[in-house]
Amino acid sequence: MSEVKFSKEHEWIKLEGDVATIGITKHATEMLGDIVFAELPEKGSSVEKDGTAGVVESTKAASDVYTPVSGEVVDTNQAIVDDPSKINQDPENSAWFFKLKIKDVSEMESLMNKEDYDKFAKESA
Amino acid sequence: MNTKKTSLYKLHQDCNAKFVEFAGYHMPIQYSEGIVEEHKFTRNHSGIFDVSHMGQLFIYGGDELINDLEKIFPLDLKNLKLNHSKYSFLMDKDAGIQDDLIITKISEGFLIILNAACKNDDFKILKILLNEKYKMVLDENRSLIAIQGPKSSQILNEVINKVKDLNFMSGNWFLFDNQKVYITRSGYTGEDGFEISIPNNFADKLTRELIDKGSKLVGLGARDTLRLEAGLCLYGHDLDKDKTPVEANLKWAISKERISKGDFIGSDIIIKQLNNGVTKIRVGIKPEGRIIAREKTKIFNQSDVHIGEITSGTFGPSVNGPVAMGYVENEFSKKNTKVFLEVRGKKYAASICSLPFYKKSYVKGVN
Repeated sequence: MSEVKFSKEHEWIKLEGDVATIGITKHATEMLGDIVFAELPEKGSSVEKDGTAGVVESTKAASDVYTPVSGEVVDTNQAIVDDPSKINQDPENSAWFFKLKIKDVSEMESLMNKEDYDKFAKESA
Repeated sequence: MNTKKTSLYKLHQDCNAKFVEFAGYHMPIQYSEGIVEEHKFTRNHSGIFDVSHMGQLFIYGGDELINDLEKIFPLDLKNLKLNHSKYSFLMDKDAGIQDDLIITKISEGFLIILNAACKNDDFKILKILLNEKYKMVLDENRSLIAIQGPKSSQILNEVINKVKDLNFMSGNWFLFDNQKVYITRSGYTGEDGFEISIPNNFADKLTRELIDKGSKLVGLGARDTLRLEAGLCLYGHDLDKDKTPVEANLKWAISKERISKGDFIGSDIIIKQLNNGVTKIRVGIKPEGRIIAREKTKIFNQSDVHIGEITSGTFGPSVNGPVAMGYVENEFSKKNTKVFLEVRGKKYAASICSLPFYKKSYVKGVN
């Protein structure tokens, strides 16, 4: 079981081999409210650490989704595009956003563990 | 300036409201269940909205006041029956909309409900236009509570007897806890409902009783999605000083009788636009798919020419898809015209559609 890490932009990332699964945290969904639209990066495209890799929108506003590491998009979760309310229901599990073949595993080092993220989220709320 | 609190502030806190500052007031944007649930609960049951930030302007006077107000508002006020209401607007001399409002004939004069962000300016403008001849009170001692949705009539009637006998766009005085409350059958959600003007000290008690009977508090977030689905304008977004009532597609609210005389502020422009047409006009816009086009989104025609702009856009929970309205050049305003919306640098297909997105269910009796 690999460790889940977290970014300051409220994404979670789970690394298995050289493939990382990325989504947004429960805390992020609580801040956003009801999510009614999701846009994901294209399969095969490359994304850069801290760059935009998608969009989520609530009834109120649009927010960018960033990628915490660089890599090539190998899979995206069409289920959350078809029914964005799934993101509110199960953000840190079945409602993942995209999978990356990561470029540089050392990029994971600057990310937070669960304990540090929970503290960060509490303070930034 | 200090941000104000309404009489329901404590109740909002008790119900876990998330607050935003709106027009100088701490207002609830949503409660714990969230905008989508609050929206649906209003459509299917009954939602309570604190709209105490809105202006309640009482102007006292008789026939002379009616004459003077007809020089300001494009309404046939001489024939407005006691306790009946009309939607109207305060215009400048170029027919630009300074505010949209509901005016009700009461026995002592008129009650005008004004937008929160405009109320103080409206008060000054009206005072000057009426030459300070009449007693005018922008009443800060009364709260305004709206209850909207199909179960609202039954719920409110359990607390205030006989209120269900009111017709749409009419009102009357009732008693709650021995206090005089003025209730109109109106609202801004596309649902049957009521607006209750009540002394501040009794607003909390009334609202808690309505909650006990099965209604729920609903925030400004759902108020916005509800009114947009109902095709209703929001001042400062869909309406402002650069838009006239004809351009805003609100000519139904201008009295034909008054146009023939043409003796109200802005009437020259209104008559010209009614006769010659307008260059831009407000329309409904339905994006294809799920893309949400928000305020300031640019609208293009099929030849990629910029033809207008979105003024309100969101996700409509009852429509279960995106909804928007905006202004386009008149020649592209026909229903089903294909247009493109530029969102985050990409163009998305949409079509011009008729309003509302969600069909109203008001009760009998329009006048």
